[in-house]
Amino acid sequence: MRKKNSPWLNAPYVLWSALFILAPLALVAVFAFTDQAGRFSLASFEYIAQNQQLYLKTFGDSLAYALEATVICLLLAFPLAYFMANARQRTQRLLMMLIMVPMWMNFVICTYSWRSILEDHGILNTALAWLHGLVSKEAFRPPALLDTPGAVVLGMVYNYLPFMILPIYTVMSKLEPSLTEAAQDLGANRWRVLEQVVVPLSIPGVVSGVTMVFVPSVSTFYISQKLGGGSSLIGDLIELQFLGSAYNFSLGAALSLILMAIVLVCMLVMKQFSDGEESAFVV
Amino acid sequence: MPQSKGILSRVYTALILLFLYAPLLVMVLFSFNSGHSTAVFEGFTLHWYQELARNLDAQKVLKNTMLLAFAAAVVSVVLGTLAATGIDRVRRKWAKGLLLSVTNLPLMNPEIVTGVSMMLLFVFAQQLLNRFFGLEVRTLLGFGSLLAAHITFCLPYVILSVLPKLRQTDPHLAEAAQDLGCSPVLAFFKVVLPSISTGVFSAFLMAFTISLDDFVVSNFTSGSEFQTLPLYIYAMTKRKVRPDMYSLSSLVFFAIFALLILSNVLQARAEKRAAKQK
Amino acid sequence: MNKDIVIDLKDISVAFDGQPVLKNLNLYIRNREFITLLGPSGCGKTTTLRVIAGFLEPDSGDVIFDGASCLGVPPHKRQVNTIFQRYALFPHLNVYKNVAFGLKLLRLPAAEVERRVEEMLRTVNLTGFERRSVASLSGGQQQRVAIARALAVRPRVLLLDEPLGALDLKLRKDMQMELKNIQQQLGITFIYVTHDQEEALSMSDTIVVMDEGEIQQIGTPKDIYDEPKNAFVADFIGESNIVDGVMLADFRVRFAGMTFQCVDKGFAPSERVDVVVRPEDVDIVPPGSGVLQGTVTSVTFKGVHYEFIVDVQGFKWLIQSTDVQAVDDVIGISIKPDEIHIMKKSKYSDLVGDYSCFSDEFEEMSNPETDSEEEEE
Repeated sequence: MRKKNSPWLNAPYVLWSALFILAPLALVAVFAFTDQAGRFSLASFEYIAQNQQLYLKTFGDSLAYALEATVICLLLAFPLAYFMANARQRTQRLLMMLIMVPMWMNFVICTYSWRSILEDHGILNTALAWLHGLVSKEAFRPPALLDTPGAVVLGMVYNYLPFMILPIYTVMSKLEPSLTEAAQDLGANRWRVLEQVVVPLSIPGVVSGVTMVFVPSVSTFYISQKLGGGSSLIGDLIELQFLGSAYNFSLGAALSLILMAIVLVCMLVMKQFSDGEESAFVV
Repeated sequence: MPQSKGILSRVYTALILLFLYAPLLVMVLFSFNSGHSTAVFEGFTLHWYQELARNLDAQKVLKNTMLLAFAAAVVSVVLGTLAATGIDRVRRKWAKGLLLSVTNLPLMNPEIVTGVSMMLLFVFAQQLLNRFFGLEVRTLLGFGSLLAAHITFCLPYVILSVLPKLRQTDPHLAEAAQDLGCSPVLAFFKVVLPSISTGVFSAFLMAFTISLDDFVVSNFTSGSEFQTLPLYIYAMTKRKVRPDMYSLSSLVFFAIFALLILSNVLQARAEKRAAKQK
Repeated sequence: MNKDIVIDLKDISVAFDGQPVLKNLNLYIRNREFITLLGPSGCGKTTTLRVIAGFLEPDSGDVIFDGASCLGVPPHKRQVNTIFQRYALFPHLNVYKNVAFGLKLLRLPAAEVERRVEEMLRTVNLTGFERRSVASLSGGQQQRVAIARALAVRPRVLLLDEPLGALDLKLRKDMQMELKNIQQQLGITFIYVTHDQEEALSMSDTIVVMDEGEIQQIGTPKDIYDEPKNAFVADFIGESNIVDGVMLADFRVRFAGMTFQCVDKGFAPSERVDVVVRPEDVDIVPPGSGVLQGTVTSVTFKGVHYEFIVDVQGFKWLIQSTDVQAVDDVIGISIKPDEIHIMKKSKYSDLVGDYSCFSDEFEEMSNPETDSEEEEE
């Protein structure tokens, strides 16, 4: 049914979006293409091109870590979402809640906490040493866990895993039970049902989960500082330009533009998978 | 779907939960550690909680954080509900699509880009003011910029939580109210708002928690005067984290847990009541 | 100016996204009249109602209420009230508060509000339901609350938008009676919108048949049934056999290869016309003794009578009769002069009135009871 259109209802929001969403993004572009004096300049992009070995490695690392984290999240989350969606209603709600709690915990302190676990003489290595002592008399040489690429990926997986679980779970829990029953009725066993019915129908959840894990992973700037030793990703470089010692807004803005481009390309690729289906948005 | 009660699924679920809670458990554990270390447990103590009670800095930061989150939640809910009502009534497809895309932009954009772009806005505005109005503003970064930034990233959540409720609401309700003598504005408050109240309420909670927890955007828009808890902890992790920060985080953890359990119980009760009514 | 007229619609046109929905509609409504806007989905009847209620401003034309234009007057300042298709009861308020909603806005004293709510609830037989939540009521009860709520503020005119569409058949019949009684009791003008011709025929003082945004005919139920103006009205109101014919002279019409006496006049010589014969007006006679002769192709028992499809020289007639016939029987057909109704040709000629593909299934498809009118979308 038609509702009356009142333009003034939208005015405050349109104004707000223009000022605080669109104008800032436009400024990123402006800063990226100007120099200190405000003249048009490609200096920042030229600088990146001149130091391409350094920057390519950073971009490559960022992409690779984010991809690894996304794949691991997907592999971990999919079975869990499936189990959850098949659990009793009360269990479902409890699990939902348990998964939400870490999401609301401070991301900085959680990441920092992982240091205590991964340190050379931290909790994990202490546990490993004890296990080692059970089977061998040789002295235990603790493997270096902290400050490795693995630790960075682990930090990403830890922080963003709930964002993969929830959308997939949401889509799965909305699947009509009659669909799987129909498939079973037609002679599919449990694996066939999973493969032929559940997986294809969960794609929208997977797509939004992948986006919600990949985007923050590829742009993170804290995890790598704390868990990766000195290793830096795009996010760290950007932070360095705005708040760190480098203090070069133009370069920072140029890097932000490149980051946005990377994210945009990934979104477009993901869109191919969802292909017209509305991706499940979960908050 | 068939109920799967296999051992495998339970063990798997437990392992994932262990993974998700491991650092939280570590945090709680070391908040009771009698040593100074955040790696080796030396014995039980409440020392760090007492220390926290004496830590005026931390208390001020906590107050700041709550104040900011509350203000951001209130403004974004009011503005967002208004915006959702407006968007719901836009009839031209392209205009609606455009509005929704702009709404989604902060959700799709990497947080760091949102933060950076906001920072540039305030830096740029400050330069403009000084150059063209002869003012001597030192910086625009502070509570105001943080609030604007927080409202901005809360708005999409508010809109996307209120909009579906508005769509579910019978458009005739507002018309019926007008028909019986309400002005359009009064009809909104008397009839539409009550029917979308659950969406508005959950939007408020969401905005509040997201703001409370935000680190990335705040990091770029805070300036040096006004600090929030995540920023305070971040600054500390650059050197050495004192265990009383673990105490503080543990308290937050317990509070969140209690709140979620409460809302869970309330929800279960409401569902029971709804089932009974039917 | 006729004082008896409450609402006068003058040349109303409305278009949605360039699609005309109402085309120069002219209609006046008398005080205390029960008038029904009748037509298929998308004919513009709901739009007409919304123009009167003030939810929709017409693109052109004028709405006169009590002698003064009320264009630009917002809905909450008009003395008309609406009963919505799905009632639009306020889910967060109980029955009492729903009915009291409009009264409180009038700033009446509390005692007066209470008195009038009780009175209205009595009128619709819902005394004792005050504290019930509206969600816990049945469809019929919700309907009554909606009526009480709208009538409590004592409107001059009540607009009803397919108010019985969501009820089952039995309840519908009861509510039809009740609505008619309430209307007569309170002496309020009712403007009623429906796509159900039976409902329209049994309740209305005046019926306005609409299609494609235009009024096809205005008249009493008997006028509309007996003297349909064109093939659309004839087909929409009841069943009709509509046959091509030629007016030979006054009172003489030729169709189906034969010449018939009739009671119509005033057509040009040899003017092509539509001839309407109601199925119950056709008499079955032994073969040879009728004017026409045909073969029965289908028989359906309808409870009291039978319905036959009869092939007469390739044209299928629908005939209702209590006589028993079997498929493939050859029968004679006779039609009395006053049962032949002649109509001018219109754009609806040849589109309707032939029963060659008739079945009950089609009947239901073209007249679904749950069909909600979403013509605004």
